[in-house]
Amino acid sequence: MNIAVASGKGGTGKTTVSVNLARMLGSKVQLLDCDVEEPNAHLFFQAEPKEKMEVTIPVPQVDEGLCDGCGECAKFCRYHAIVSFGTTPLIFPEMCHGCGGCTMVCPKKAIREMDKRIGMVETSQTGHITLIQGRLDVGVAMAPPLIRAVKGCLQEGGTAILDAPPGTSCPVIATLRNTDFVILVTEPTPFGLNDLQLAVDMVREIGIPFGVVVNRFGVGDNRVHQFCSEQQINVLLEIPDDRRIAETYSRGELIVDSLPEYRQLFKGLLDRTINR
Amino acid sequence: MKIAFTTSGSELTAPLDQRFGRAFKFLVYDLEKDTFEVIDNKQNLDAAQGAGIQSAGTVARSGADALVSGHCGPKAFRVLLAAGIKVFYSDVPTVSEALDAYRQGKLIESGTADVEGHWE
Repeated sequence: MNIAVASGKGGTGKTTVSVNLARMLGSKVQLLDCDVEEPNAHLFFQAEPKEKMEVTIPVPQVDEGLCDGCGECAKFCRYHAIVSFGTTPLIFPEMCHGCGGCTMVCPKKAIREMDKRIGMVETSQTGHITLIQGRLDVGVAMAPPLIRAVKGCLQEGGTAILDAPPGTSCPVIATLRNTDFVILVTEPTPFGLNDLQLAVDMVREIGIPFGVVVNRFGVGDNRVHQFCSEQQINVLLEIPDDRRIAETYSRGELIVDSLPEYRQLFKGLLDRTINR
Repeated sequence: MKIAFTTSGSELTAPLDQRFGRAFKFLVYDLEKDTFEVIDNKQNLDAAQGAGIQSAGTVARSGADALVSGHCGPKAFRVLLAAGIKVFYSDVPTVSEALDAYRQGKLIESGTADVEGHWE
């Protein structure tokens, strides 16, 4: 069972939910930090990485001796990584998604691929939790290939929690794809509602069952709850707006460790998701 | 000879767009015939990445031999250079003033990009 924790809005508590859920599970679990532009799940676990793996994508290189300037590669590339004006094409490796299409469409077989590093995948172990974290190199714009590398470490048949990046674009889709359930974390504010609606549209579009966690319950208004009830969306958990939770978080501690009275809340979330 | 201007309008009196990759339109002026055509650049306005590369491709396909814009980033410049298009920077308010400046030889061809990508 693979569960993704996502949100339209940033800073709603995806990582809080992910790490506490993983700890609460109490049995073997993989926790995947797919927010590769700013991974932070490791801050809650003090373990040093036991494995580090470099991630590369293949980028094209043109053999000028073979290229006749037909421009098929540039025509094919959706990401504008290749431009051709009847001469040897110009290549912009930083735009390349590494799909390999250009090498396939080149009639002269003039394009070969070179590995370009985009980031790292680090694995660490804390008790029953295996944390697998992607870390995109500074200046690299392509998060999805690294997210796919993080997901490539998933063990079949086990339980995994995937901490998604915020938003509704490619990196989020790359994280959510092939998961069994999505937890959408939001907060009961107009901003939270606006971005929740976007996230709901996205999850419905890709057709994965989902439910909502309302964080900082008690602030704002009840429009998030109204929206969920109108749309027949399950509210899986309400995390109260409790200053002690923020303090726990700011110290890099887990709520279920430092504030045992909240264990029952996360146990409930487990029962409604992973142990469903 | 044809010369492309970045613009937000469709006439010679329209403003010269200071942006290249995300310019609204290109006005391509034919110096021999004294006519012009306007090419929409809408597809690139919302592009997250590669707007400059795409725009440079559009200008190259328009048959322009030169470009006048406010600024140009490094990727776009590389493409323009490869396509053999001369690049001129100008900060005059309108296309017609930029055209006059070009005709009077007041614009100086640039050998480099003058801004980083995503500068605005």
